[in-house]
Amino acid sequence: MTSSRSDILVVGAGPAGLAAAVTAAETGCQVTLVDDNPHVGGQVWRAERETLPPRAAQWYARARQAKVHMVGGATVVYAPSPHELFAHSVDGAKKFQCEKLILATGAHERFLPFPGWTLPGVVGVGGLQALVKGGLPVVGKRVALVGTGPLLLAVGAFLMQRGAHVLCIAEQARRTRVLAFGASLAWHPRKLREAVKLKRATRPIPRQYSTWPLAIRARSQSLEIDLTRKPESAAAVTKTLECDLIGCGFGVVPDTVLARALGCDLNGEAVRVNDHQQTSIANVYCAGESNGIGGADLALVEGEVAALRACGQTIGRDLQKRLDRGRSFAQGLNDTYQLRDELRHLGQEDTIVCRCEDVPLEHLHPYGSFRDAKLKTRCGMGACQGRVCGGALAFLRGWAPDSVRPPYAPIPMEDFARMCADATT
Amino acid sequence: MSDRIRMTIDGREIAVEPGTTVAAALMMNGVHSFRESPNGDERGPLCGMGICFECRMTVNGASGVRTCNLLCADGMEVSTQ
Repeated sequence: MTSSRSDILVVGAGPAGLAAAVTAAETGCQVTLVDDNPHVGGQVWRAERETLPPRAAQWYARARQAKVHMVGGATVVYAPSPHELFAHSVDGAKKFQCEKLILATGAHERFLPFPGWTLPGVVGVGGLQALVKGGLPVVGKRVALVGTGPLLLAVGAFLMQRGAHVLCIAEQARRTRVLAFGASLAWHPRKLREAVKLKRATRPIPRQYSTWPLAIRARSQSLEIDLTRKPESAAAVTKTLECDLIGCGFGVVPDTVLARALGCDLNGEAVRVNDHQQTSIANVYCAGESNGIGGADLALVEGEVAALRACGQTIGRDLQKRLDRGRSFAQGLNDTYQLRDELRHLGQEDTIVCRCEDVPLEHLHPYGSFRDAKLKTRCGMGACQGRVCGGALAFLRGWAPDSVRPPYAPIPMEDFARMCADATT
Repeated sequence: MSDRIRMTIDGREIAVEPGTTVAAALMMNGVHSFRESPNGDERGPLCGMGICFECRMTVNGASGVRTCNLLCADGMEVSTQ
C-alpha cells in the first residue's frame, strides 16, 4: 500500500476539484487530487481518447505548475475519518492522509425505470458521450436522445459531429418553460453564447418537448422506442422509432456517497454546505455538483471558494458575486427541467428498478423507506450502492438514500481487510 | 497515426487506438452483453463513468473490473465469461 500526506486532499478532478486543487496549491498548500477516472476533467470535461478539452487542459497545466499531486484511476472506497482515506486502483491500494478534505465528487445521471430501460444499447445520455469519447464509433448509427436538460442538446451536437444520425431529442419539459429559461440567459452572457451555439449545432435534429419514453423493445439488430408527446391542451400522440443506440437521462443527481459515509448532512439530494462550502463535518468542504446541480462555471467558483476557506483565506467581493450569479443560474436550470409528475408512472409492476439485484417496482410496494426496502428486497444493496436506483426512488417515492457502508465500491475482501488493519482511526 | 494497442477478448486478438476504453473496445468488437443479471437478463454499459457497474468484466484475471473507466493496454486479456 502506498501512502501520502498532504495539507489538503481533493476528491474528484472535475471543474470543482481542479479549481479547488489549483487554488489551494497556489496559496502554498500541499495538495493531492484523486479521481477514479484515468484523466482529469470529470464528466463535463472528459478527455476524448487522450485529448483533454481546452478548458480542462488549461486547469491541468495550472495544476502541474502548482505541483498538485494528481492520482488518477483510484477510487476512494474507505474513509474512517476526514483525515484518512483509502483508495483502490489497478496498481494496488493507496492511503491518503490530510488536514482538510474537499469533496468534489460531482454528479451522475438520473435514470428512471420504464419497460426496456435495462436492455443493452440503452445507455445514459452522458454515458453515451463517454463511450464515444472512449473510442466507440457512431458513424451512421441511428440514435435517439430522451430525458431532460441541456445535456441532451450538448450530446446531440457532439454525436452529430461524430457522424451519428440523431433521430430525435425528446425533452420532457414544456417548450414554454425552456424558452423562458433561454430568455433569462440574457443575464448570463457566457451561458447565452453556449446556448446559441448549441441551438445552431442541433438545428438539423428534430426536437420535441413534453415528450417522454413509454417502452423500448429489442429487435434482432436494433432497438425500438415508443415516445409519447403530451401537448398542453390536446391528446397524447405516440410514435415509434427504430434506432441502434438510445441515450436516456433524466437530469443529474449529486453523488453524495463519500459525504454521507463521513456523516455530512444533506440538503435534499445534495450535500448541505454553508456560504463558504463547509459541510456539517469539521474540516470537510464540498464544491461542485455534489452540493447541488449548477454546471461547470458554478463548480469552478465553488471549488475556488472551498479551497480559499480550507486555507484560511477570505472570499473577495468579486468571487462572492460570481458565486451568487452561478447560484441564480442553477436555480433557473433546476426549475426549468423539473421532472413532470407523469414520469412517476412510466414503470410497470414488473419493471426492474434496482438493476444490480433485479428488484422490480412491485416488490417495493409494502415499504416506506429505502432502508426497509433494502433489508427486505435487496434493492440498492448491489455493486452500485444504490447510485442508480437511488436517483429513481428519490423521485418516484421521495426516499432519502440509506446509510453507506465501506467499501464504497466492490473490491477484493483481502484488500479491504488490509485497509482496515492499516487505519489509525 | 499512433501505434495501435494489441490485446485479446476471449483469446481473440484485437487492435485499438491508444486512449480507447475497454468498454468501447468491447462494443466495437461486437460485445453488447457485458453481464448477466441475477434473473439471467443481458446487460450492457449504462453510465459510462464508473458508477453503475453494469460493464464489469474479468480483466487480466481480476473479476468485477469496470471497463468503462479502464484504458486498453498492450497485452491486456479481457474475458467476457
